[in-house]
Amino acid sequence: MAVIREADRSAEADRRFQRDLVQLIPHLRAFARTLCGDAAAADDLAQDAMLKAWDARQSFQMGTNMKAWTFMILRNQFYSEKRRSWRQSQLDQEAAERTLIAVDDPSAPVELDELRQALAVLPDEQREALILVGAGGFAYEEAAAICGCAVGTVKSRVSRARRAVQAILEAGGFARDGKPAADAMRSILADADRMSGAR
Amino acid sequence: MIDHPRDRARTNPEPTLEEARLRQQALGSKLRQMFNDVVNEPVPDEFLDILRKADRSKAGE
Repeated sequence: MAVIREADRSAEADRRFQRDLVQLIPHLRAFARTLCGDAAAADDLAQDAMLKAWDARQSFQMGTNMKAWTFMILRNQFYSEKRRSWRQSQLDQEAAERTLIAVDDPSAPVELDELRQALAVLPDEQREALILVGAGGFAYEEAAAICGCAVGTVKSRVSRARRAVQAILEAGGFARDGKPAADAMRSILADADRMSGAR
Repeated sequence: MIDHPRDRARTNPEPTLEEARLRQQALGSKLRQMFNDVVNEPVPDEFLDILRKADRSKAGE
């Protein structure tokens, strides 16, 4: 009776893994949305990441942070696809506007709309660092593992991102129709980056 | 008196620690709200269908 067959143990582990993975789906969707902007593309990305995580379940170490592990998979998936087809440059004028596709709801609070637009003009690595730490609830160490960089790098990216977003939000002046003053935002962004870089 | 943050920034580029902390808190709560808005959306059925299919194809191996 004490002997559990290997197959049973693995089936039980799979069940547990699947249950945990299902609970992470809302978080994967939210993270994907911040990376892609477009809600449909984000769900495609989240589904791909979910399947990849399922296929790789044997390599997941039980007891480690599964949320961080799946976010890392999703992020890798995003950047490998992005190299092929998605937006090439975060300073692409369309980037900010494309992000707004996710905010079609006219009842969405204006300040969140502005936040999304401000995030859209950040360099990718700053945006993801700020999202992971500021919204996803990850520690700097976990965010560093997800992004594959040093903890100090994440800290500096988060701090630059905060300054830039705050500078953009303070300057205000976004049109509700989704046509941000992209040039103005870029110059604010450069200023904020220069200020934080000089420290 | 209307407080102009841009003017203040020009004369005093380093905000006080307290001010910086409050601004950071406000930004953090907006970021979490934006993220949690999506977390709290119902998950489309497609997700579970895909996972179920993947599970079955494994069982059929």
